[in-house]
Amino acid sequence: MNALPHILSLITFLPLVGALVLLVFRASARGEDAAVIDRNAPSVALATSLITFGLSIWALMDFNIADPSFQFVEKADWFGGMSYHLGADGISLSLVVLTTFLMPLCFIASWGVVKKRITEYMVAFLILETLMIGVFFSLDIVLFYIFFEAGLIPMFLIIGVWGGPDRVYAAFKFFLYTLLGSVLMLVAVVAMILTAGTTDMTVLLGFDFPAGMQTWLWLGFFASFAVKMPMWPVHTWLPDAHVQAPTAGSVILAGVLLKMGGYGFIRFSLPMFPDASQMFAPMVFTLSVVAIIYTSLVAFRQTDMKKLIAYSSVAHMGFVTIGIFSMNVIGVQGAMFQMISHGVVSGALFLIVGVIYDRMHTREIAAYGGLASRMPVYATVFMLFTMANVGLPGTSGFIGEFLTMAGGYLVSSWIAFGAAFGVILSAVYALTLYKRVVYGSITNDKLNDITDMVRREVITFSPLVVVTILFGIWPSLVTDLTGPAVEALVEHIAAAAPAVQ
Amino acid sequence: MYLTIVFGPLLGALIAGLFGRIIGDRLAQLVTTGFLILSAVLSIFAFKLVAYDGHEQLIQVFHWFQVGDFQANWALRVDTLTAVMLVVVTFVSCLVHIYSWGYMADDPHKARFFAYLSFFTFAMLMLVTADNFLQMFFGWEGVGLASYLLIGFWYKKPEANAAAIKAFVTNRVGDFGFALGIFTIFAVFGALDFDTVFGAVQSKTDVTIPFLWMHFNAVELIAFLLFIGAMGKSAQFFLHVWLPDAMEGPTPVSALIHAATMVTAGVFLVARAAPIFDLAPHASLFVTVIGGMTAFFAATIGLVQNDIKRVIAYSTCSQLGYMFMAGGLGLYDAAIFHLFTHAFFKALLFLGAGSVIIGLHHEQDMRKMGGIYKKMPLTWIAMIIGTIALTGVGIPGTDFGFAGFFSKDAIIEGAWEAGVAGTSFGYEAFWIGIVAALMTSFYSWRVIFMTFHGTYRGDQHTFDHAHESPRSMLVPLALLSVGAIFAGVVFAGDFIGDKQGAFWRGATVIEAAAAPEHVAENVADAHGAVEQGAPATHEAAATAEGEHEGGGHHVPTWVAWSPFAVTLIGFLIAWYMYIMHEGLGARMAANSRFVHPFLYNKWYFDEIYDFVLVRGARKLGDLFWKGGDQRVIDGFGPNGFAAATLAGAKRIAKLQTGFLYHYAFVMLLGLVGFITWILVSGATGGH
Repeated sequence: MNALPHILSLITFLPLVGALVLLVFRASARGEDAAVIDRNAPSVALATSLITFGLSIWALMDFNIADPSFQFVEKADWFGGMSYHLGADGISLSLVVLTTFLMPLCFIASWGVVKKRITEYMVAFLILETLMIGVFFSLDIVLFYIFFEAGLIPMFLIIGVWGGPDRVYAAFKFFLYTLLGSVLMLVAVVAMILTAGTTDMTVLLGFDFPAGMQTWLWLGFFASFAVKMPMWPVHTWLPDAHVQAPTAGSVILAGVLLKMGGYGFIRFSLPMFPDASQMFAPMVFTLSVVAIIYTSLVAFRQTDMKKLIAYSSVAHMGFVTIGIFSMNVIGVQGAMFQMISHGVVSGALFLIVGVIYDRMHTREIAAYGGLASRMPVYATVFMLFTMANVGLPGTSGFIGEFLTMAGGYLVSSWIAFGAAFGVILSAVYALTLYKRVVYGSITNDKLNDITDMVRREVITFSPLVVVTILFGIWPSLVTDLTGPAVEALVEHIAAAAPAVQ
Repeated sequence: MYLTIVFGPLLGALIAGLFGRIIGDRLAQLVTTGFLILSAVLSIFAFKLVAYDGHEQLIQVFHWFQVGDFQANWALRVDTLTAVMLVVVTFVSCLVHIYSWGYMADDPHKARFFAYLSFFTFAMLMLVTADNFLQMFFGWEGVGLASYLLIGFWYKKPEANAAAIKAFVTNRVGDFGFALGIFTIFAVFGALDFDTVFGAVQSKTDVTIPFLWMHFNAVELIAFLLFIGAMGKSAQFFLHVWLPDAMEGPTPVSALIHAATMVTAGVFLVARAAPIFDLAPHASLFVTVIGGMTAFFAATIGLVQNDIKRVIAYSTCSQLGYMFMAGGLGLYDAAIFHLFTHAFFKALLFLGAGSVIIGLHHEQDMRKMGGIYKKMPLTWIAMIIGTIALTGVGIPGTDFGFAGFFSKDAIIEGAWEAGVAGTSFGYEAFWIGIVAALMTSFYSWRVIFMTFHGTYRGDQHTFDHAHESPRSMLVPLALLSVGAIFAGVVFAGDFIGDKQGAFWRGATVIEAAAAPEHVAENVADAHGAVEQGAPATHEAAATAEGEHEGGGHHVPTWVAWSPFAVTLIGFLIAWYMYIMHEGLGARMAANSRFVHPFLYNKWYFDEIYDFVLVRGARKLGDLFWKGGDQRVIDGFGPNGFAAATLAGAKRIAKLQTGFLYHYAFVMLLGLVGFITWILVSGATGGH
C-alpha cells in the first residue's frame, strides 16, 4: 500500500478533530438542536474511531516488520530545543492498534446506555483516544510527558461525571496516587534533560547515564509507572476507579491506560537505565509475585463483580512486570503479548459485567445466579473470556502468562514457582465468579425475564471473541510484530549492562 | 487421514455447539456421532498402518509460536503409542456418543452435551498426537476444560458445580507442576519437541540445575515435575479428591472421561516421556510409591461406598495406581497395556451402571437396589463380564483369560521381577498389587451382588417400572463386552509378549529397567527417528526385543497364581457377606466405630483439604483485602492523607466537578511551569 504522509499524526489527532467538531456544534446548539446533536454524537464518535482504526491498520500494513527501528518518523522543531517528534516501532504500534481497536467497541457498548451529557461523553473519549495514542507514538520526552499526564484529565472526567455514587472518593484516590507518581517522574524527566541536554528520546535511548544517577532516575519513573500498572502495594486506586467508572471507562482503563505503565518500563526504564533496572529487578520480581498471589486471593473474596475483575487485572499485570524485568526476549515478548491479551480479555470482561449491569443495575454477585437458563449466548461468551482470564491454552491469555513465566524461570525458578500459584488461584476466583453468576438456579425473581444479548451486544463481542481465539492459536500475529524491536531492546540492554547476562 | 481423525470431532463440536439451536438436537447428535464413527474407523485403520506396517507419521499442521528459541508447532505425531491411544479414545468416545442417544434422551440440552463430548475428544486427540510438550499441555488443559464443562453439565445442581470447580482447580495444581516441568525442559534442553529432548536426555544425566533453594539433577527434576502434572490428571494420591466428585456428571461422561481416556492421560505422559523417566531412578521410585499408595488407598475406600458410580470411580483411581506402579518400575509397555484393556472394561462397567441408573429412574444408591437381574438381564450380563475382566480372571500359564488378566498380571508379575532384579520398591509393589487385587475382587462383586442379586430394597413403584435400556445403550455395552473379553488375549503378544519389539518400535521404552545402557540409548535414538521411519528404528527395536526375550517371564508358580487366588478369595468373601448372609455387610458397617467411618469418609481427605486450603484461602483473602488493602495501604496511604486534607479539599471542591476542574487546573499550571523551566534551562544549560 502507498505510504500515507504524516500517518502517525493523522492517527493521533483524528479523534481530537472529531471531538472538536462535536464540541463546536454542541456549544453553538440550543434547545431542539442540542437534542439533535446529542442524538448524532454517538455515530460521529463511532465513525471517527472506526476511521482511526482503519488508519492504524493501514499503518500496520505499511509497517516493515523486520525493521526494529522507528518508522514513519515525523519531526518538527518546537520551541526551546524540544521537537514534535513521532515514530512507531513494533512495541508502540501494537499498543496503538489495541487502542484503536477497543475504542469503537466502547462506543458501540455505550450506544443508548449513556443517558446524560451524551455529546460530552463522546468528546471525552475521543480526546482520551488522542492522548493515549500520543503517549505511544511520542519520541520526544516532553511530548510524552504531556500526553501521559493529560490523559488523566478525560479519564478523570469520565469517572467523575458519568461514574457511580462513590465517584468522588474514587477520583480522589486516583488523583493522589497519580499525582505522587507524576511529580516524581517529572523531576526525573527534568534531571534527564538537564544531563543529556536533549529531549529527543532516540538520543536519550543511547545516552549512557552514570550508574549512580540511573538509580534515582529509575526510581522516579518507577513511581509513576508502578502506580499506572498498577503494582502492589500502590494498586488500591484501581478497584475503586473501576467500580465507579462507567463500563466503557473501565474497558479503556483496563485495556489501555494500565498498559502505559508497562510501555513506560519497556520504553524508558529498561533501555535508558539498564544498570538500575538490573539492580532493582529482584525487587520488581518480589512485588510482582506478591501482587499475583495477594490480589488473586483478594479477588477470590470480592462480592462486587467489577472489583473482582479489577483485582484480577492487578494479578495479570504482575505477569507483565515479571516478563519485562526478566530482560530476556521470551520474557519481554511475553509481557508485550500479555498486555495486548489482557487489553482484549479484561476489556471484554468489563463489557460482560456491563451487559448485566445495564439490565439489573447492580454489580453484586449475590444478586445473580442461574443466568445460563435465560441467557445462553451470554453464558457462552462469558465462559470463553473466563477461560481466557484463567489462561487456558488456545486462548490469548495462555501465551502471555506462559511466556512471562518461562522468561522469569530463566532468571530464577523462584519467580516462575511463585507466579504459577496465580495460575491455580485464577482458576479459583474466575470459576467461582462464573458459577455464582451463571450456573445454578435462578433465585432472584427479577432475573426471570432478563433477556439474552441483543444484536448490538453481539456485535460488540464478536471481534473480541475472534481476537482472543485467533491470538491463542496464532500468536505470531503479535509476536512477529513486536519481535524485532524487543530483540533489539534486549541486545541493547545486554550491551549496556553486561551484568545482565 | 490423521487430520480427519483429530479435527473431525472438533468440526462436529463446533457445528453442534454453535448451530445446535438452529439445526436441532437430532441433527447435532447425528453430526457429532457421525464424525466420531468416522474417526474411530479411521483410527483402527491407522492402528494397523502404524503398529503393524510400521508407517509412523509426523505431520506438521501449523506453526504455533516462536519467541526466541521458545517454539512449538501444531503437529500430529503418530507412532505406536499414539495409535493405541487413538483407538482407545475414538472407539470409546464413539460408543459413548451412541450410548448417549439413549441415556440423554430426555435432556433438554442435547446439542450442548454432544458438542462438549466431541470437543473433549478433540482435545484428547490433540494431547495424544502432540509432538512437543506445549501442544500436549494444550490438549492437557483442553481436556480439563471439557471435563469441567461436562461435570457441571447439569448446571442447576450445586453439587455438580462444586465438583466441576474442584476438578478444574485440582487439575490446575497438577498443571502447576507440569508447567514448571516444561520450563525446566526448556531451560535444560533449549527446545520443547520430543525428538530433540528425548534424543538429548542421555547427554544430560549429569546436569544439575538450581531449583528453588537446591540444586537438582535436571533429568530427575523434570521427571518429578511432569509427574506432578500426571498426578493431577490421573487422580493419584493427594490429588485424587476430584475424581469421585466428578461422578456428579452424566454417566456417559464418567465412562468416557473419568474412566477410559482423560484420567489415563497421566499414564500416557509417563509412557511418552519414558526416555526421561527411564533415566530418573529417584523420580521413578516416587512414581511407583505414589502409584502403589493410590492403588491401595482407593481400593480401601471402594470397599465401603454405597453409590454405584463412586465405587467404580475409586476402582478407576486404584487401577490408575497400578498403571503408575508399572510405569515407575519401567514397565511402560505393561502400563499402556493395562490402560488399553482397562478402557474397555471400565467403560463397560460405567455404562452398565448408567443403564442400571436409568432403569431405576436415576437411583444411584446400591442400598436401594437388589435382585434386578431379571428385569435387566442384558445389563446384568454386561456388568458380569466387566467385573470378570476387571478382577482379571484367567488361568495362569495359558491363553485363557479376560482382558484384565493379561494386563494386571503382567504388572504384578513384572513388579516381582523388578524386585528380583533389585529395583527398589519392586517387591512392595508386588504385594500391594496382590492386596489391591483382593480388594478389587471384593468391591466389584459387592457391586454385582448388591445391585442385581438378593432382595430389592428400594420402593416398589420404582421396581415395578424398572426396565431394560434401549438398544442405543445396549449396543455399546455389547461391543465393549467383546473388548473386555478379547482385548487381552488378542493383543497380549503385541503389547507385552514376544512380538512387542516389532509392535512398539521405540514408541516407548521397553523393559529398560533390566536392559543394559546401550539398549536404552538405542531406543531413545529410535524415538528420535520417528519421522524418518528409518531402518535404524527397526534395528534398535530388534535389540530391545532381543534383550527382552533374554529377560523372559519366568516367575515362581506361586507368584503367577497368587492374583488368581486372591481374586477367588475376594469373590468368596463378597458372596458370603452379600448373598449367603444378606445384610451382614450393612450390619457390619453399622457396628463399626472406626474403620468403616474412616473408609466411608474417604480417609477424611476432603475435610482436611477444606479446612486447610479452602478456609485458609478465604481467611487469607479476607486478611489481605480488609487488613492489607483497606486498613494498612489505604489507611496509611490515600485515606490517611485524605483525612488530613479532606476538610480543605471539601471547601475547595464543593461540587464534584469543581474538584475535577481543580485538578485539571493544577495540571495545566504544572505544565506551564514545567515548560517555562525547560525553556529557561534549554536556553542556558542546554546545548
